[in-house]
Amino acid sequence: MNMNKTYLLIKHEFLNTVRRKAFIILTLAFPLIALLGILAGQVIPKMITPSTTIDKVGYVDQVGIFTRSLTENKTELIPFVSEDAAKAALEKKDIKEYFIITPGYVATGLIQRYTLTSEIAPSDTVQGVIKDFLLNNLLNGNSAEIVARAKNPLSIASTTLTTAGTPATRQGGFSALILPYIFGILLMLAIFTSSGYLLQGLGEEKENRVMEILLSSISPKQLLAGKIIGLGAAGLVQIIVWLVSANFLMKMASAAWGNVIGSLQVPPDFLILGIIYFILGYLLMAVIMAGVGSVNPTAREGQQMSAIFTIPVIIPIYFMGLIMEHPENIVVKILTFIPITAPITVIVRLGLSEIPLWELLVSISILILSIWGLFVLCTKLFRTYLLMYGKRPDLKEIVRSFREA
Amino acid sequence: MFSIEVNHILKTYGNRAAVNDVSFNVNQGEIFGLIGPNGAGKTTTIRMMMDIIKPDSGDIKVMGEKLNDNSKNKIGYLPEERGLYKKMTVIDSIIYFASLKGVDKELARKRGEELLKRADLLTHQNKRIEELSRGMGQIVQVIITVIHEPDLIILDEPFSGLDPVNTQLLKDLIRDLKNKGKTIIMSTHLMNDIEELCDRLLMINKGRAVLYGSLAEVKSKYRDNSVLLEAVGELGTIEGVTEKRPHNGAMELKLDANTTPQMLLERLLKKGIVVNRFELATPSLTEIFIKVVGDEHE
Repeated sequence: MNMNKTYLLIKHEFLNTVRRKAFIILTLAFPLIALLGILAGQVIPKMITPSTTIDKVGYVDQVGIFTRSLTENKTELIPFVSEDAAKAALEKKDIKEYFIITPGYVATGLIQRYTLTSEIAPSDTVQGVIKDFLLNNLLNGNSAEIVARAKNPLSIASTTLTTAGTPATRQGGFSALILPYIFGILLMLAIFTSSGYLLQGLGEEKENRVMEILLSSISPKQLLAGKIIGLGAAGLVQIIVWLVSANFLMKMASAAWGNVIGSLQVPPDFLILGIIYFILGYLLMAVIMAGVGSVNPTAREGQQMSAIFTIPVIIPIYFMGLIMEHPENIVVKILTFIPITAPITVIVRLGLSEIPLWELLVSISILILSIWGLFVLCTKLFRTYLLMYGKRPDLKEIVRSFREA
Repeated sequence: MFSIEVNHILKTYGNRAAVNDVSFNVNQGEIFGLIGPNGAGKTTTIRMMMDIIKPDSGDIKVMGEKLNDNSKNKIGYLPEERGLYKKMTVIDSIIYFASLKGVDKELARKRGEELLKRADLLTHQNKRIEELSRGMGQIVQVIITVIHEPDLIILDEPFSGLDPVNTQLLKDLIRDLKNKGKTIIMSTHLMNDIEELCDRLLMINKGRAVLYGSLAEVKSKYRDNSVLLEAVGELGTIEGVTEKRPHNGAMELKLDANTTPQMLLERLLKKGIVVNRFELATPSLTEIFIKVVGDEHE
């Protein structure tokens, strides 16, 4: 009987939430935006038609060793005997620009470049062509392979080893970070939206005066538990939609953007820990929101007060740099243990390095204990202030009601 | 067994006692009126009966035991602060709140439709609550209060905000429920409703019980020694009558302590006065209410 009513309430809250337009839009927005980004990555390069005209760049060799000219990347280098000749050609627009290899070049590396249009910096293409031209001439006499290697001397392949000497499951790097980073933000979003619905729901029930009718059928504990679980289930659906679609999207992304970001990798325990930390992070925020919702007479006033508690959740985002570069730092450890910052911190850390099991266990235990403690406190607050319409109790009254309850 | 037993309940907010040592019992199958001016403590008393707020001291038994999940299903409660989910439809609201009282969906729909039909609201069943007028919304809420056929129905100011047609509808419904053997507790500050419907009543003022008993008992307690008379002919002075004053087309005669109404009637007849109407004047509940509350003020 008891469970049955809680179940009805969970079902009601769950269905009410997943049918909300805002919920559906938010849930689908992330995969759709990501999909659009990936499609753009595949389509846009094909839309850019390479230009067929050849840019002519003049040069004046005042050193006397740059004899091997060059035509590459739609750019043709044309030698001029004097600066005046080059300048005249530029004025007639026979060439687009010219550069002078100054007499002291070998010692100083100074190249003077003259153009008709102003620009922030020389384009990569122009710089590349000039560099290649200089290297070709400087390395004159070496084999083509050596010249090619000199132009592109380094291609690093790093491997992180475990202490046993085998390759570690987490290899770090940008591609490993990007997913936890995105998921840190999505987790935050999911926690905020579903706990926000809870706050809003409580406020509406107060404003609608439905509370008393509900309480004539169920107990305050059932009401709170039903709401928290029902809305949490809706948030979980959101996270699962995101995780599942991320799986597909990542394969597409690796194909489309592979040369930019490398192949994306999902750390193996990422899914499980992601869901655990969503549930715990959500429950923590939910009980906090239930407390805030209880003492505030309207949804709007509740939202203002809730900012005090939502801002700390974002703190790990500010420490992102620290977490990335020094995942073993003591501050990072502390953020892992503080219940309100733990979910985002752990998700971001997961992408970078193995988190010691004991740290995870401590973090999860602290979270569970604080959720339980807050739930007990909040049901008391809830009961005391639920029917107080129109006025918010001050801090002293709240503390007193904790003591009395 | 009483439907409700309230023993010495006390509830204070800060220094103010909202309900101060109030006790009463409600018999099964009666309509019990809880009356008093605004802010007297009626709603606080009802909320304590519903276990929404806890009394500081004293205890309340509902159907012989402390309120629990099972007995909650046997109670229908119409709170003073009324409201439903604005976005839900009428029929969905009825079904949802019925389900929280343990009524299955199909039965709730069937009963809901019957009650809506009776209130002439069946065509509105798929409208959202926010589309209804205030009075209609209130009728829907009354339907939700009785949808699970509770044994005990608690109505807090049920008639406030209703037009005369809906008021009549609700009165008929309350009488029906009584005829089916249900117990009804209603709070009101409108004395006419109580006189019309209630068997027994409790009057509270400033958190204290000031009157308690059956309607007849309460009235007789406040009856002063006077009669109402409609007669043909000049009365003149009559022995034992201390005061004459017109009262709704009749004449109210106050008698001195040595005169009974019976003696007055004999004297009138002896004088050859034709009596069309002769009755003991009982004060209306409103008069008692004003008298009691007024006395408390002094």
